[in-house]
Amino acid sequence: MSNSTRSVWGWLTTYVFARDHKIIGLQFLFSTMLWFLVGGMLAMAIRWQLAWPWQNMPIVGPMLFSGEGGQISPEFYTSLVTQHATVMIFFVIIPILTAAFGNYLIPLMIGAEDMAFPTLNMMSYWMMWPAFLLIGFSFFVPPYGAGAGWTSYPPLSVLVESSPGSGLAQTLWLGGVACVGVASMMGSVNYLTTIIQMRAPGMTFLRMPMTVWGLFITAILQAFALPVLTAGAVMQLTDRLLGTGFYLPELASANNSPAVSGGGQPLLWQHLFWFYSHPAVYIMILPAMGMVSDIIATFSRKPLFGYKPMVLATCTIAGLGFVVWGHHMYTSGMSPVLGITFAAATVAIAIPSAVKVFNWLGTMWGGKIQFSSPMLFAIGFVSMFIIGGLSGILMASTPVDVVIHDTYYIVAHFHYVLVGAATMGIFAGTYFWFPKMFGRQMSEFWGKAHFALTFIFINGTFFPMHLLGAGNMPRRYADPYHFELFADMLPLNRFITICALATMASQAIFMLNFLGSIFFGKRVGRNPWNSNTLEWSAPSPPGHGNYDFQPIVHRGPYEYGNPNHPRDFHPQTEPGPEDLTSPLQEVSHES
Amino acid sequence: MGRFWSLLFLSVPVLGTLCYLAGMLTRSGPLALWFPENVNSMANEVDQLHDLILALIGIVFVATGLVLFWFTWKYDASVNDQPVRFVHGSHKLEFWWTAIPAVILIGLAIYQLKVWSDVKIRRPMLAGLDGQMDTADDQPMPPQFEVVARQFEWRFRYAGEDQLLDTVDDILGDVNELHVPVGEIQVGSLKAADVLHSFFIPALRLKSDIVPGSQQIVWFRADKPGSYEIVCAELCGWGHYKMKGRLVVETKDEYQLYLQSLRAKQYQRDFSQPSVAQVYERDSGETGGSGPLGTNLSLAGGAQ
Ligand code: HEM
Ligand SMILES: [Cu+2]
Ligand SMILES: [Cu+2]
Repeated sequence: MSNSTRSVWGWLTTYVFARDHKIIGLQFLFSTMLWFLVGGMLAMAIRWQLAWPWQNMPIVGPMLFSGEGGQISPEFYTSLVTQHATVMIFFVIIPILTAAFGNYLIPLMIGAEDMAFPTLNMMSYWMMWPAFLLIGFSFFVPPYGAGAGWTSYPPLSVLVESSPGSGLAQTLWLGGVACVGVASMMGSVNYLTTIIQMRAPGMTFLRMPMTVWGLFITAILQAFALPVLTAGAVMQLTDRLLGTGFYLPELASANNSPAVSGGGQPLLWQHLFWFYSHPAVYIMILPAMGMVSDIIATFSRKPLFGYKPMVLATCTIAGLGFVVWGHHMYTSGMSPVLGITFAAATVAIAIPSAVKVFNWLGTMWGGKIQFSSPMLFAIGFVSMFIIGGLSGILMASTPVDVVIHDTYYIVAHFHYVLVGAATMGIFAGTYFWFPKMFGRQMSEFWGKAHFALTFIFINGTFFPMHLLGAGNMPRRYADPYHFELFADMLPLNRFITICALATMASQAIFMLNFLGSIFFGKRVGRNPWNSNTLEWSAPSPPGHGNYDFQPIVHRGPYEYGNPNHPRDFHPQTEPGPEDLTSPLQEVSHES
Repeated sequence: MGRFWSLLFLSVPVLGTLCYLAGMLTRSGPLALWFPENVNSMANEVDQLHDLILALIGIVFVATGLVLFWFTWKYDASVNDQPVRFVHGSHKLEFWWTAIPAVILIGLAIYQLKVWSDVKIRRPMLAGLDGQMDTADDQPMPPQFEVVARQFEWRFRYAGEDQLLDTVDDILGDVNELHVPVGEIQVGSLKAADVLHSFFIPALRLKSDIVPGSQQIVWFRADKPGSYEIVCAELCGWGHYKMKGRLVVETKDEYQLYLQSLRAKQYQRDFSQPSVAQVYERDSGETGGSGPLGTNLSLAGGAQ
């Protein structure tokens, strides 16, 4: 091999077809952030239509959909809501949490050199690309994206004639989702094996930081739930392409298409879909909960309150998460008797969620809180998760959900948990681990400005949606205002749209801060936050193989503020007395 | 700066509560940012249950919000000169803050069962041959009307004199307009001709998805005459947002007159209208052969 081909090859294997978990993590981080931008723009288009229905969108309208003369058509609106949710869920929140943070942090936080299966890891990233391409391409197939909602309920999603968005774009959508499923399965097997097999000496399960616990339990959820979605999506594909009719009833037909003999059941899809997608909502929150737990302990300079109850709560949420999927189907035509079981399990899942909130508050109680950017986002997470969790209880009640199901109340709920909580957790994690990833720190001033604006405008966007929901405004309506019931809701929708635009604009601060700090940020050492967990003892950024010494773990991750220790933190790798006396040692009577 | 952040977090429970109170005030006003008036006396308890749960979660929302504010205010590193409280947790606290929510939540799950069974499980019954209610031979009340949802409209059919659907004397209703007598228990049968739809009448607290290939049963008793909107609440294609219908609640006499006028119209109906025919053609296929009316219509459709 000549020198230049070797260096090209070297560059390709280091940065493109990389097998190092840190590079793969960053690849996921950058890809998902780009998609975040796309998903955000789609949201703005939705909000535009709800605030100024059928009016030409200034500037971007003619550019993006000149075909419609810069105006959003009803079929394009259904594509917008479908694509927005698809991008945000499958291309942003899930991969950024499990794959970007998961890849970057798992080996570092447990003291491993890399993932157990580096090649599989690489493949899991490159499996995302067929998905990116398929769904990306569907944006160019009229009506510019699939139109059956991210839930893709048949027969709408199967009968090609039923709506413009059910044509080729829907086929591409299903192919994309199946690829995402395969990618995530490959990832999850890897995370599980790595965590079980490759922990550094002394890193017992009960010394793992909550971030790793969150990612570990999430990987279990993915490993068990994703096969169902992937198989379900393939079945929907064969329904469309080969006429298998898994989800089509007898004589299914739409828009005067010839009736097909289905012999299947539309509800089957809903069961399969939610069997995955309810665990998926926890896939989108458990890693963030873990990261936030670590960040709150670090910046309260105090041990995490109730470590073991926190671990237990994570496991309980995951376990119950598999038996609550029917709460999305209370009005679906599923037997109402079955609804009772799902309602009981759903209120039960609120219990461990509440325990988590109480423990975060307990961690801050009596601490010395430092309001750094990661901490602010972490507290923002708690504040908004409370709202999302509480609205969940209202919806868990079957008779009440009958009224608010498929209204803006649901939209308010899941945006509080997904934007208010999960996304705030992602920002917290980004500010927190940025120094480890790039050896430089993001600007604290701009980080705080970003937080203040984001927190205010997100609440301004999503809180009033509860009221729209109480007024029963349906979701996925291109124009609700021709109903007497919803005619008066335009001003409030305008207010929401203005807040949403402001939220979007505030993210420019983050983008500039993020990109600028990669090159110009303040250089920092190994442990800029005086944190205990293992990754902070590695170089910033860590080289190939991660540690320049063999990490040995001596204690749990949360020994902050010990009065018997000279410093207010006590890293896991630091030799010394295993457990300094502490007033309330849960650890002591466990072994 | 710590002060600023604590106050920012305090603004959430404060503004949140105000926002909700403002919404509640619109309850009877012209602005509709709250549940519309409920006219279904069989679902009164739904609103009560909602208010009860809302009060409970409202209390928790405000309480946790205040605690969050207080902790960020008091334990701000720049003002708190106390040493850090070095604790890893508390078994006692963990027990109580698991047990108390558990008792409340499970209590709630049990308490709501009755409401759920009233609105979705216990279908209204008619006395059987013995003429007495609450005996073993009670019959489920047959539907007085049928809804066929299709992209993007609602079609209705009434049972006619014999009180049974799928018989010769069925009456075809107007598109997008359902009439029911005030103060009487009504049972409806829902069907879909193409994709999923959801039959949602906010004023009745009634929502039921309609699944092609199967039939849903709903019931209610509208106690206040008037006209109320029917909303489609399940994404059904590009025109989902247009799928608006109207429920007219009127006196028994008005209702009978309306049915008579429909019947009169029916015998003058122009059978070459394709859409009507198609609905019934498909429909008779689904139910495995319906009354002569359906057959006639499908013949008309076929000939056309
Ligand atoms: C206290 C815990 C929670 C409870 C009791 C709860 C309950 C529910 C219920 C009953 C629904 C169905 C409502 C309906 O469609 O009528 C729902 C929807 C939803 N929830 Fe939650 N939830 C909780 C936490 C979460 C979390 C943590 C997430 C995500 C991070 C989440 C994400 C969602 C999403 C995305 C939907 C709507 C899906 C859709 O219809 O498109 N929830 N939740
Ligand atoms: Cu769910
Ligand atoms: Cu619809």
